Amino acid sequence: MSFNIIMFYLFSAIILVFSLLTITSRRILRAAVYLLFVLIATAGLYFLLEYQFMAAVQLTLYAGGIVVLIIFSILLTHHISHRFKHPDLTKMIMGIAVAVVGSALTIYTILTYPFPQTITVTELPATMENIGMQLLGVEKNGYVLPFELISILLLAAMVAAIIVAKKGNDKNAEI
Amino acid sequence: MYNYTILIPLIPLVIFLVTGLLGMKWKPIISGLLGTTGLGISWVLSVMTAITYFFGSHHEGAFETIIPFEKLWLTFSETLQIKMGVLLDPISVMMLVVVTTISFMVHIYSLGYMHGEKGFQRFYAFLSLFTFSMLGLVIATNIFQMYIFWELVGVSSFLLIGFYYQKPSAVAASKKAFIVTRFADFGFLIGILILSFITKTFDFAKLTNPDGAVFANAAGMSFMGISVMTWAMVLVFMGGAGKSAMFPLHIWLPDAMEGPTPVSALIHAATMVVAGVYLVARLFVVYHFQAPDALEIIAYVGGFTSLFAAVIAITQHDIKRVLAFSTLSQLGYMMLSLGVSGYGGEEGLGYMASMFHLFTHAMFKALLFLAAGSIIHAVHSNYMYEMGGLRKYLPITHITFLIACLTIAGVPPLSGFFSKDEILVAAFNHNKILFGVEFLVAGLTAFYMFRLYFNIFWGKDRHYHHTPHESPLTMTIPLMFLAFASIFSGFLPFHSMVTSDKMHFDTHLHLAVAVPSVLIGLIGIAFAWLLYKKESKVPEKLAKQFGILYTATYNKFYIDEIYLFVTKKIIFNYISRPVAWFDRHIVDAFMVGIGTVTEKISYRIKGMQSGQLQHYAFMFVAGVLILALVLVYYI
Amino acid sequence: MIEGIPIQHFLIVSTIMFFIGIAGFIMRRNLITILMAIELILNSVNINFVIFNRYLYPDQLQGHFFAIFVVGIAAAEASVAIALIINIYRKLKNIDVENVNELRY
Repeated sequence: MSFNIIMFYLFSAIILVFSLLTITSRRILRAAVYLLFVLIATAGLYFLLEYQFMAAVQLTLYAGGIVVLIIFSILLTHHISHRFKHPDLTKMIMGIAVAVVGSALTIYTILTYPFPQTITVTELPATMENIGMQLLGVEKNGYVLPFELISILLLAAMVAAIIVAKKGNDKNAEI
Repeated sequence: MYNYTILIPLIPLVIFLVTGLLGMKWKPIISGLLGTTGLGISWVLSVMTAITYFFGSHHEGAFETIIPFEKLWLTFSETLQIKMGVLLDPISVMMLVVVTTISFMVHIYSLGYMHGEKGFQRFYAFLSLFTFSMLGLVIATNIFQMYIFWELVGVSSFLLIGFYYQKPSAVAASKKAFIVTRFADFGFLIGILILSFITKTFDFAKLTNPDGAVFANAAGMSFMGISVMTWAMVLVFMGGAGKSAMFPLHIWLPDAMEGPTPVSALIHAATMVVAGVYLVARLFVVYHFQAPDALEIIAYVGGFTSLFAAVIAITQHDIKRVLAFSTLSQLGYMMLSLGVSGYGGEEGLGYMASMFHLFTHAMFKALLFLAAGSIIHAVHSNYMYEMGGLRKYLPITHITFLIACLTIAGVPPLSGFFSKDEILVAAFNHNKILFGVEFLVAGLTAFYMFRLYFNIFWGKDRHYHHTPHESPLTMTIPLMFLAFASIFSGFLPFHSMVTSDKMHFDTHLHLAVAVPSVLIGLIGIAFAWLLYKKESKVPEKLAKQFGILYTATYNKFYIDEIYLFVTKKIIFNYISRPVAWFDRHIVDAFMVGIGTVTEKISYRIKGMQSGQLQHYAFMFVAGVLILALVLVYYI
Repeated sequence: MIEGIPIQHFLIVSTIMFFIGIAGFIMRRNLITILMAIELILNSVNINFVIFNRYLYPDQLQGHFFAIFVVGIAAAEASVAIALIINIYRKLKNIDVENVNELRY
């Protein structure tokens, strides 16, 4: 049993356990931290797959950016010590039922589907240089158009977020 | 050469659009002056056309039919096309002159009569619309164009009768006029369809070709034992009878007097109501060669209407109604004259006489109405028992009214004498019974016109609210012009201008007819003089003596009541009500039911839209799972 | 690829993560927790992209790039969502999802 296999199962276990904790924890700040663990473990998976760039993006953007954002908003809207009530029983049943049925169905499909033989390549194309060339390339395998779209989307989202969250003329608004 | 004739109808159309759209922004008088000026130009153009057409070149043969302008408008099939154009032949040129002359006079007259009325601009816009439609009707090159303009004059007549739309009676009258003429036009339309089905054409040029080639298909076709051409032409005449208010479709005309008096003069005396006569004259060749039975019917309908209306006119008190019934009676004359006419040369005397009478009648009847308007303007009443001794106050009106009365009574040498005489001769030559009727009607006409005259201008002074005074110049000038026309239009050589085969023929005075007809006219006048010159109890006593007959006549023989009975009691109860019930409880109920069921179901299921995001998410995911299950594993 | 690990194991992990996210989305009433559930869902999808790329078409980079774009979109979505949540908190003084039902029937 190689090191990689052990690491995979370790990361998988971390992902599953902390995902579950994220949605079940009754303290929201803890939930955010559990989410951080999930995201970092996912980055670990990417490292295992030898997609270092992807893993770096995952770490910086997801684990670094989004989780920090979420924690900020938590601090803006909650008291740290706040504990949630237990969720509704009906909602819990609904959620669990959907999750169980859905995952059963999907896993069954995955296990019965005849995946093609995996290909082994000696050299992965996922070098930094390749990624850079393709991300801004216009020829075959070039992704400049979605890249630009995403950049515009991010700009729009930023503007929208500022506009929405900005304190309006609402006299009653606190914070 | 006649290219400019297209302007004659277009000028009023443009004026209608301009005054209709912008009129309210101007001072009222501008609309009036604009309309009058435009109509003046149209009038000049029409008269020019008439002079060049009739007298421009020396005619050796028949007058030719000229189409200076024609445009394709709609295409149904290779042969069946609707065109819009201008057709000039003797009757249309004559009608151009009649329509524009009367319309011009009415425009001038209305400047005074309608002065200060609310809706002055609207009035002038409608007048222009009417003039445009009527001119379009007159110059129609095909029967469908005629039908279109036919409906347009109907609409403008409706609008003008209902001019005082705050008055319930005016609204009722306009509705009545519209519905009755629409009902008649229904027959007209079916007639047109049958006619075009047989002939595959709408063009008058082809239809009225005396060789009748286009009617080859009609041979042997019949329906209920009557030839299909007779059906078609009787149906077409039904339209004409509706517009020209022939019995039994006459009921709308007396009520139409609710409109302003200039409108009555223009539409309900001189122009629109003769559209029916014009239609029959236009299709006269078809009637004569293809459907002589229909022509016979026309003659009898015309004769009966003239007698019927003349009798009613004797008993009416509203001066405009007397004139309305007089119009009916004179229209009956024209129809009868067409009905008894033959084709070509002397035979076609009736045709010529009818057109001649149409012309002269337009002049003197418009004059009568305008003079009546002048009287009403002065006295503020429509009822002759509230008038009397007005000759001192209204000298010009008095003289012109007298001239018109003498004209309609057929006193030589005024124009009415000539035209009426021709009609009587035509009737005399073809049908002695109808001649007898018309002869009697001539006497009745003289009598009721002079009853009117003496009642208004002679007799005792009534107590007026203020001293009646002569109308302004804008109103008296048209009166004088029309009086002039009434006197002298009899000398126009109609027998060489407007004839059935467009050829000249010679007429001469038939003393055997002329002398008695003048005499009976004079007798009528004399009776009226005896009864009404001085106020006396004799008329009342006479009325009492006739008792039930008088009451029946006064109530117009209860024709209106019969119509009302038939429609309200029979059609409404036994046809409309079940149909309405079906519509309301089955058709509507079905539709409403769909709506109600949808609404109920929506109300029931609206709770599903709870606003709870998580319910939606659950539904969404569950739906996706079910779809995945179905799509992946069962297909 | 990782020697000895079949593709199915990766996919099972991502599937379970995905449905945990869904369950969290449906169960929890706090808007921020819901947002975190969404992040879980997106993350699992990302894993799928990368895995398919790595196992089935290792000579290309489509899945890789899509994963990157999804990360970008997730960032945008999170920023707007948090702005909305803050606004809702100002209006309602709490961020329970049951209270955000102004747009029901």
